[in-house]
Amino acid sequence: MAGPRTDHHVVLRIVAKPLIPIIALFALYVHFHGDYSPGGGFQAGVIIVVAIVLYALIFGITPAMRAVPPVFARSLAGLGFIIYASVGVWSLIMGGNFLDYDVLFNEEPGGHMGQHYGILMVELGVLFAVAGSMLSIFYAFAGRVTEIKDEDW
Amino acid sequence: MMDWILQIAPAWAEAHAPALLILLPMLAGPLSAFLPGGGRLAWLLTVVVTTLCTLLSIILLAQVQSVEGGAIISYAMGGWAPPHGIEFRIDALNVLVLLLVSSIALLTSIFSWPTIKAEIADGKRAMFFGAFQVCFMGLLGVAATGDAFNLFVFLELSSIATYVLVALGSGRDRRALPAAINYLLMGTIGASFYVVGVGFLYAATGTLNMADLAVQLQDVGGNRAVQVGFAFILVGLGLKAAMFPLHQWLPNAYAYSPSFVTAFLAATATKVAIYAMVRFLFSVFSLDFAFEGMSLAFILAPMGIAAMLACSFQAIFQADIRRTLAYSSVAQVGYMLLGISLGTAAGVSAGMFHLVNHALMKGALFMAVGGVVLTYQGTRIHDFAGLGRSAPWTMTAFAIAGLSLIGVPLTAGFQSKFALVSALLESGWWWAALIVVFSSVLAVVYMGRILEAVFFRAPNNPHKEHKEAPLLILVPLWILAIANIWVGVSGGFVYGLADDAASALFIGGAS
Repeated sequence: MAGPRTDHHVVLRIVAKPLIPIIALFALYVHFHGDYSPGGGFQAGVIIVVAIVLYALIFGITPAMRAVPPVFARSLAGLGFIIYASVGVWSLIMGGNFLDYDVLFNEEPGGHMGQHYGILMVELGVLFAVAGSMLSIFYAFAGRVTEIKDEDW
Repeated sequence: MMDWILQIAPAWAEAHAPALLILLPMLAGPLSAFLPGGGRLAWLLTVVVTTLCTLLSIILLAQVQSVEGGAIISYAMGGWAPPHGIEFRIDALNVLVLLLVSSIALLTSIFSWPTIKAEIADGKRAMFFGAFQVCFMGLLGVAATGDAFNLFVFLELSSIATYVLVALGSGRDRRALPAAINYLLMGTIGASFYVVGVGFLYAATGTLNMADLAVQLQDVGGNRAVQVGFAFILVGLGLKAAMFPLHQWLPNAYAYSPSFVTAFLAATATKVAIYAMVRFLFSVFSLDFAFEGMSLAFILAPMGIAAMLACSFQAIFQADIRRTLAYSSVAQVGYMLLGISLGTAAGVSAGMFHLVNHALMKGALFMAVGGVVLTYQGTRIHDFAGLGRSAPWTMTAFAIAGLSLIGVPLTAGFQSKFALVSALLESGWWWAALIVVFSSVLAVVYMGRILEAVFFRAPNNPHKEHKEAPLLILVPLWILAIANIWVGVSGGFVYGLADDAASALFIGGAS
């Protein structure tokens, strides 16, 4: 990768830099708005990874791996799985069936807090798992080839 | 005895057994992937989880058997009542499969540690056990679920984990990588076919719950979409079950994956796919559909017979023992399909009985081969010469399982082949019975070749001193070998389970 002063795709870098946090923010919007509109953990996870992949495309795979290490990506995937299953355990402990959100908070009949937050937590697990796995797959493929040199663009 | 189990089991375990069965490996899988200690802790966790799952399966069996004729346990996931929510539905048929998968998983995971230490790199072992538990969870899920689409999800979970497990055999033999890719392509095609078929059924009926599908399908019986869906599902599950001629992925996947994975997969993966096929053939679709009767007589039976003959012949000409056993597996799937294709209670119960017995014998055979791979590094018949003297315990168990595979009296294989032949004769298929006997003669040839080398040939490697497989391998191996004899001498218990399974399908009708 060329030094910061000599490279000639400065436009790409300048445009990408502000885009990346916005993409990540949009992912969270898709996640939390999944209740009311199309979206949810899976889509949000993919969008978050898009931000990191864009970073890796513009700044190179090595800085991306420094920012979000592959071990972190793998752990994130496992953590997501565990969050999902833990919500199920929680509902079992509260006396309901597996993943029965209604019982999570011991609320009055007709209350919807359990359904609302239960699905958000489960989807958060999905978000982590999807983001972690997608990123791990991307690293596994991208990490194998030699970096594209500046002259090859 | 079953009442006694229900009395000592805690109430929470009884109420939530179907969910816990999936939940335990689901939690432990990712957890064990991160455990430190070079995989030893992950292995211990795997053994604990498979033990608990076996206990849960026994509890489920006790619950199913607590009612005359077999209870049906329905568990609504998330509290959403079926048919709208996802339902886990346990009856006499799938409790048998659950018990088989979890107990084989327990025995093979005890067996696994010495072979994993030799075959898998240090840093990958924890992840390996994580992948194994995901695979285990998927197989249990396929067997437990009562929802057609949920079955697809679990089928893919287990398959994707299986591709990883097969590919990890590359530490020992690089040919594991093409085998895994091949399996991935074929398996994905199979899963896609299945899900397309479910899509057609959903389009025709508007439901995904199997019990509800069975009711709805009665009304739309002759619909073309239903027939197309049926064909897609049959082919998709046939691919997963290694139904001849869709078995091409199997020999290499079994031959080059780690010993542990081979022993586990050979005893469980195709069995679960066959269970799913039986579930669709007899419970979701009912036998009154003319096209289904045709498919049984003109597809399953000829394919089963072709597998019994062609793959037994192929098994004879393999130099590698694991490939011999793999081709023999496809041939044995043929026996099960032949039994199922009769479409009678006796035929299906013979098929299910053979399914269990085949898991017992192939599990033992592949475990013994794994033990030899560990101590002598070789899987060709040539490498096995004279091992009867250098490793008598390992090889005696191997021989018992091999005789059971042939179908020698007093072994499990004899009992199930006898049941199959009687079911065939009962339906007047005497020619098929003759083919079963002929195919058993082929089994005598390919197993005889191996056993002859093992016991009567001089070791061609002078360094073959007396070296037995470690105790962790011998104990589960002998448990399976003794199970083969026990089922062979008093087939009552397992045959009773298979019979209950078949009658649950035929008497329970749509349930």
